[in-house]
Amino acid sequence: MDFQLIWESLPLLWQGTLITLQLSVVTIVVSTLVSIPLSILRTDKRWYIYGPLEIFSQVFRGTPLMVQLFIVYYGLAQIDFLRQSWAWVYLRQAYWCALITFTLNTSAYLIHIFRGAIQAVPEGEIEAAHAFGLGAWARYRYVILPKAFLLALPSYGNELIKTVKRTSLASVITIADLTGVANMLVSRTFAPYEIFLTAAAIYLVFAWAANRAVHYMEHRLSHHMRPVTASSAAIEP
Amino acid sequence: MEWFYGWGPAIAMGALMTLEVAVTSAVLGVLLGLVATLASFSRMGALRWLVDVYSNIMRGIPQLVLILLAYYGSTVALTRLAELLGSGGNPVEIPPLAAGIFALALIVGGYTYPIFRGAIQAIPKGQIEAAKAFGLTPWQVFSLISWPQLLRYALPGLGNVWISTLKDTSLIAVIGLEELTRTSMLATSDTRRALFFYLTAGGIYLAMTLISGLILARLEKRAARGARR
Repeated sequence: MDFQLIWESLPLLWQGTLITLQLSVVTIVVSTLVSIPLSILRTDKRWYIYGPLEIFSQVFRGTPLMVQLFIVYYGLAQIDFLRQSWAWVYLRQAYWCALITFTLNTSAYLIHIFRGAIQAVPEGEIEAAHAFGLGAWARYRYVILPKAFLLALPSYGNELIKTVKRTSLASVITIADLTGVANMLVSRTFAPYEIFLTAAAIYLVFAWAANRAVHYMEHRLSHHMRPVTASSAAIEP
Repeated sequence: MEWFYGWGPAIAMGALMTLEVAVTSAVLGVLLGLVATLASFSRMGALRWLVDVYSNIMRGIPQLVLILLAYYGSTVALTRLAELLGSGGNPVEIPPLAAGIFALALIVGGYTYPIFRGAIQAIPKGQIEAAKAFGLTPWQVFSLISWPQLLRYALPGLGNVWISTLKDTSLIAVIGLEELTRTSMLATSDTRRALFFYLTAGGIYLAMTLISGLILARLEKRAARGARR
């Protein structure tokens, strides 16, 4: 191990880490926001509503992300009317192509996860909400979605980690994310162990952080399900 | 018109290569996962810790990084080994196939270990005790009581890992293995029809994963026969 080399490559790896972080955060935020309404629609009983969503989810979950990335980055560039449209400003940039593809991909998984969680909300709770005279909005806002989110949390946490890992594919379409920078450094120094293991360690920190965040959220959101202890009873108003 | 602009046979070969790599890494990975599971029930604390660390690392770092590390890392290691043995200074190159399967098998092992462990823990202890009380030999306990249920509990998770592995083989294209994705890249640079070839590749992958899904659903149904609903 050449620690000098690791030390010297840290500033560049850090630049890549920032890109990885950026790609991951934008992907996670946008796809979470998009997936919640879409997963509600996915539970609809009409085929022309759930059908297209199911096909979207199946196609993006059933094909490799790399192929999806190539279709968006190299493939769409061959459609003339896209080249002439406003969308071309974005589609000709690798960064935007990566963001679009990652968001579509992660959304496909999240719709699947959230749909399952919504359907797993006990029927009795929904009936109770009906009996209380709650409208559709209030039912989702106060009864179904909070419960569904709690049920979905473990899978959601896994998906966060997978999203960070997915962004490593950005390096394949020339983006200098953590993996891209590492790969470039390896071809320059030919020290794969030093560089890749450092990059791997940085990814592990992300995975660990996502894990902690999910545990924390689980703890916070399941407050009402834990037995009351003397201290919690004293603090809660 | 020529079949797929003359690239039809190459794409078919690429698809076969994809299946080959996926099956090989899945089989090796499942064996690795089983070994890790056995180790995780060991009385040695260090061994249990090691297995946990291994699994967490495999699940925490991107598959692409591991594949690159396996490829370039083994090349460097083998070259140094060759230098030590004194066979000149020319670099020894590891075939991308070996590096790719090595990396994917490690990943599959890391993902299947918690699945097997969970499945074993899901089998009620009372059943094993009852079987022993009936005088069944350890092998009978395993083959008649544990194994059928293990399969039932583990199958959904294993199915997901298989489908992930199938898709992850596309990453080996980056180190130059001519599987489906790599072949599509070559066809694209030859014919300049990126959309056509990548959509074709996507369609073939989709067919593979959908058919896998159907087969897995049937297997799961079969494994769950006799289960209380």
